[in-house]
Order: sequence, then structure tokens, then C-alpha cells
Amino acid sequence: MADSAGVEVKPGATVQAPPQAASAGSEASRQRVVSPEYMFFEAPRERAFITGSEAAKEAIRRANVDIAISYPITPQSETMQQVGALWAEGYVKEYYRGEEEFGVMSAIAGASRSGARSLTATAGPGLMRGMEVVASWPGGRMPLVLLIMCRVINAPLSIQPDNAELAYLLNSGNIIFHAENQQDFFDYSLKAFIISEKPEVTLPVAVAVDGFFVTHARGYVMLPPSDIKLTPRDPYHEAIPAMDNENPPARISRDAPIQKSNFISYHVHASWQQEVWAAVERSRKYIDKYMGGLVEIVNPDAETIIVASGSAVSQSREAVRQAEEDLGERIGLIKVRSLRPFPTRELREACKNAKRILVPEFNCVGWLHREVCTALYGYSNAEIIPGPRVFGGISLPTEMILQYIFPDKKFAF
Amino acid sequence: MSFDNLKMSPALEKYMTKEYRDLVERGPYGKPKKVSEMGTFKEILEEHPMCAGCAMTLFIRLTMIGLPNPEHTILVGTAGCGRLALTQTSIPFIYGNYGDTNAVASGLKRGLATRFADQPKDVVVMAGDGGLADIGFSAVMHSWFRKEKFTTIMLDNEVYGNTGGQESGMTERGAILKMAPKGKQFEKMDMIGLAKTANVAYIARVTPTNPTRVASTIRKAVLIAREIGPTFIQAYTSCNIEYAIPTPKVMDDAKEVETARYGFMEIMSDEAREYLESIEPAKKPKAKKSESEEAVTAN
Ligand SMILES: Cc1ncc(C[n+]2csc(CCOP(=O)(O)OP(=O)(O)O)c2C)c(N)n1
Ligand code: SF4
Repeated sequence: MADSAGVEVKPGATVQAPPQAASAGSEASRQRVVSPEYMFFEAPRERAFITGSEAAKEAIRRANVDIAISYPITPQSETMQQVGALWAEGYVKEYYRGEEEFGVMSAIAGASRSGARSLTATAGPGLMRGMEVVASWPGGRMPLVLLIMCRVINAPLSIQPDNAELAYLLNSGNIIFHAENQQDFFDYSLKAFIISEKPEVTLPVAVAVDGFFVTHARGYVMLPPSDIKLTPRDPYHEAIPAMDNENPPARISRDAPIQKSNFISYHVHASWQQEVWAAVERSRKYIDKYMGGLVEIVNPDAETIIVASGSAVSQSREAVRQAEEDLGERIGLIKVRSLRPFPTRELREACKNAKRILVPEFNCVGWLHREVCTALYGYSNAEIIPGPRVFGGISLPTEMILQYIFPDKKFAF
Repeated sequence: MSFDNLKMSPALEKYMTKEYRDLVERGPYGKPKKVSEMGTFKEILEEHPMCAGCAMTLFIRLTMIGLPNPEHTILVGTAGCGRLALTQTSIPFIYGNYGDTNAVASGLKRGLATRFADQPKDVVVMAGDGGLADIGFSAVMHSWFRKEKFTTIMLDNEVYGNTGGQESGMTERGAILKMAPKGKQFEKMDMIGLAKTANVAYIARVTPTNPTRVASTIRKAVLIAREIGPTFIQAYTSCNIEYAIPTPKVMDDAKEVETARYGFMEIMSDEAREYLESIEPAKKPKAKKSESEEAVTAN
């Protein structure tokens, strides 16, 4: 039976007018604006046992979002449905379901350019469909947040967890975080808005999470109270003017580089792109400040180190514990929180003494392995092992990771 | 844009370019100008790199005069010849990806509404026939069905001008163009009919033969979009290069096409009409009832 079972459809029924702003007396209207520092570090937190989708909802409830634009795709739909509920309750000012992902990614670009705090989310094929637009956001210097619930993109069609899609996003100029679990998804989503809107950053931030494993499973999340929200976006302190016609009437796009085919236009484009990537790098200090750094390192002195991102980190953590408790071996683990900017410096430092490096991944192409090889080339003599890898929805048993760590032993999985 | 933003600080006045001073002193901001005054005020669009004699350029200049509130207008365009001129206007112009205009405008308009509750911000899309009827078709139709409050203006030169003259969905059947070596195989798309199906609040078909009418059509479309719902103007703006129209004959061609198959047409919902009458009671709009859509005027 479809999810819609039990929904009463009244043909011709009048549409309930949504509250433009939180109606007086509602819980949403009583939310107090707090600084990012208070929200992230000082507010008391309580433990909840919720799914990744619910964690995203709780982040958006506290993010002071002006506009959210949705389009259904498994396993993302759940989250943007919940954001719709937040709109109906007055926590989000504007919300609608767009026509498809090219349209949604374009519309959220328009929303960001209006100066409003903007949110959208997608998964797998939806990201691929919107990619022309997503790849143009950074050049447009558009602060906004894109949540990505990774799933299979290639044929044969499948809705299962697999993060191959991130390979296509890595070189687009977007900032990209990869959440390990429900807690990360809550924290990164909230922090993404603040980092995205910093004047010297002014870039879109994508927060990726592995579909189902995190979105549809419950985990413990420490939540600040729901009666506080972040300070609003201030579009007048960003790298480029908002397109709201509140600036002096400069011919803003005058002689845009696209207009000309000459060396000046080539240089304009080139320096603009360099500036986009410099801005990606400038986000590092805020990732350090708000997220505790681009990486988390466990057992830094170990000779064998696992480098992982997303839910592969959770499995690796467990493998590290088993190796230590059952086999008496200390294995290192580097959790990559930020894929862009990539923690090149951090990896070089942390892998100085490593002899073997493993890169477990939830995709066929091994994009993280390539990233690690690129970062360490010329800086490490370690063998960098491509795997273990699972894809198409297969889970990653800890024994499979242990098998890669201890090739001479035999593990059942 | 408030006039405090526009005004020059007296200490800096002498350093400002003549062009900027002209915009402040003789521009149309807050002082609506008429088509008959062209040449006496600083236009929103002046210099541009369009082909000599291109009808699209004239149409865009007239559009800028028709905008009821240019100081609170944001233009949205896309790849195509029109953006070559639109980027030269002295109001903000958004240029994203080809065919994205009506999706961008939807998010932009709604985003602006969350920020400016008491100040209407007019959003106006101007894009080519390829940009709106072909690649941007889905976004155009859905913006209409969703009743998004902005104006869509199609610069219909019946060809992909900017990429060198390929057929578009708006090309006439039989026309021989690039990618249509045997002549276009199907009819010109009926975007007016589709706009009617989507209940667009105000629909007009114009040519640049009557400049005052172009400006007044734009004005109506923008005002109605502000309050009532989506509006659509389909404008014949010939491509003299790809259709080999000699430059001095561009207006003759426009008149011929207008008489033969592109007569002036205006379709307005009752709500839109009532709204216009309520804000401009002195000048009653002459448009016909929604049912009587053909209102062909020869010049
Ligand atoms: C995704 C994408 N596909 C194709 C193009 C190439 N392109 C640029 S302009 C253009 C044609 C524009 O034709 P039209 O929209 O009718 O406007 P005109 O130039 O005739 O005014 C095309 C096909 C592009 N820029 N982006
Ligand atoms: S190619 Fe055609 S439409 Fe484009 S500027 Fe030249 S004449 Fe105008």
C-alpha cells in the first residue's frame, strides 16, 4: 500500500493558507535568536534517539531558514517532507515543491541571490540531473545549503545506498562535508549555513550523508533546545551584492566575461575561478572553529591507518575496536569530515609514519582513494590500498575491513 | 533601491563618471518616462553589442521604459542574444544557465517576498524563443501553473540566433535553417495557447512596430504580475542576420509579419482587468474580454 493511504483528498477544497511568518503565539514565533557560538557550543543539549532525516529536520528548525524548495527522491523525500511540516508550523518562511531538480537547483539559486537563507536537498539521480546548475553555484558566489542523501546513480537502477555521486561533485567548487552519523548530520547541516554565509567564503555548502544507513536508521543525537534559532543571513556582508536592487545602480554584469572572446575575458574567468577555490580554502578556519577540524584522528601513531568518510567511518571505528580488543593491534583511523576543502595538510602530517593506508568506501569508483593518493603523493612511502569497497546497497562488515588490515588472517563475512 | 542609495555623496560627485551622474540626474528612477521622451533622458539600456538594426534591441529599450518601477526591478535572462543587451542595463540582471529563467525567477521572487514585506520587487524574465519554448519549457509551464508572480517576456526571433541560426520550436513550419536543411517539419509552437491553458493572468502578443504600445503592454504585464499572477508577452523581434533582412527593412518586415500572422493580441483575466482599473481609473485599458482574444491592430 502506498504511503498516501489514509490521506483524505477533497477535490476543490480550499487550500490552507500557510503562515507567511510564524503566527503570533505559535512555538515558532517564540524562538529566540542566538549566536552561532551559543547554538553550537554553549546551549544545553538533550539526548534524542532519532533518524538522520529527523536530525536534519531538527537542524532546519533551528537554522532560521527563509526558503526551502523540495523535490521527492528516495531516500531524501522524508527530510524535505519534514521541512514542509516546519513551514506549515512557521519555522521556515517559504516552501514549495519544484518541478524537477534542474528547476529546483535553479530556483534555489534565485532564492540565494535574493538574499534569503536558502535550503534544498536531493539524492543520487536528482543530484546528477541538477549538476549543471549545482556546478554553477560557486561561480555565482551563492551561499546556500544542499543536503545530499547519497544513493545509486548508475544502471541498473537502484535506490540503495552508494555514494558514487560525490565523485562528480568534488571538482565543482562547492564546499562538501560528509556526515558519519545522525549527530554529524544535525551538526554539519546547522553549521553549514553559518560557514556558507561568511563574507570571505560566500559559497554553497553541500552536506552529504549515506542514504538509509543514516537517513532511515536511528541514532543518539544531542540536541540544543528547540526554542532557539541562528542569527539570520546578512546578505549585505557577503562577497557579492544580493540581487535585490538595494544597491546603487551599477551596471552590475557589465562586460561580463562571457560576452567577449579575448585575452581579458580569459583572465577574468581564470581569476574568478581561482578566487572561488581560494574561498573554498578560506572556509578552513571556520571548519576548524565550528566543526573541530577537517579530520578527526584516532591512534595517530599507528603503522596501519584507515582513511574514511561518511558511514564507512562508523564501520571502521568498530573494526579498530575489534582489532585492539580481540587481536591486540592498534590501528589508526582518520575520519575525513570535509571533502572540500580537502584535508591535504592534515593527512600528510597524520600519515608521516604510516606503512599501510586503507581506504574503505561505499562506491565502485573509489573517489576517496584517489583523493588520498593525490594528497600523499611524494609525502608518504605507505602502501595506499584501494578498499575495501562495497556498492549498490551492500553493507560493509567490519570483518571485511579487518580482512584488508590483516591479509594473513581469515575472517568470516 | 532607495534614493539614498542612488544619490552621490557631494564630496565624491566630481569623481563619478558622467554616465552615473546622468543616471542620477536624468534617469528614470522614480520619474517614469514616456516613449515620446526618448532622447531626453538617460535610458536604462544605452550601449550594447547587438547586431546593427536588430529589432530585439529596440524592443528591449522600449521594455525598460515600460517598467513601472525600475528601481525595484530585477531582470532574469539566459543564454541567447537578448542577454548581450540585458547585461548592459543599469538594473540588476541575473544570468544563470540556459533555460533556467523561470525556475530562477520563482525562487528569486519568493525569496525577495520573505525579505521585503512592504516593498514590491518586480521580477521580469526576458529570454529567447529557444530559451523559453524549448530548453526552458518545463520551467516556464510550471511557473505558470504554480501562479508565480512575475512577468515572462519571450524575445521571439523564431530562431536560435546566438548559436548561429538553428531552428527552434517557435520557427515557422517549412523555414530552412541550420539543423532544418529540409525546412522545419512541424508547426510553430502555440505558446499563447499554452499560456491560456495555464490561466496566465495577462497574455499579450506584440511586435515593435508601435513603441508606445510595447511600453504600455510591459507596464500592464509587470503591474498585474505584482498583484495577480503570472503574465506572458510574446514579442516578435526579428533576427535580421539569420533571416537575411536588410537592416533598413527591419521595421517593414515587422509590419508585414504583424499583418500576416503576428497581430497585436491581449488576453486578460477579469481579476487582472479589475486590478488595472482600480489602480489606473483614468486610463481604462482598452483590452477585450478574455473570450475575444483576437484584437488585431494594423498600424
Ligand atoms: C545547456 C546549454 N545548451 C546549449 C547551449 C547553447 N546555446 C547558447 S545560446 C543558444 C541559443 C539561443 O537561442 P534563443 O534562446 O532562441 O535566443 P536568441 O539567441 O535567438 O535570442 C544555445 C542553444 C547552452 N548555452 N547551454
Ligand atoms: S543574431 Fe539576430 S537576434 Fe542576435 S543580435 Fe544579431 S540580429 Fe539580433
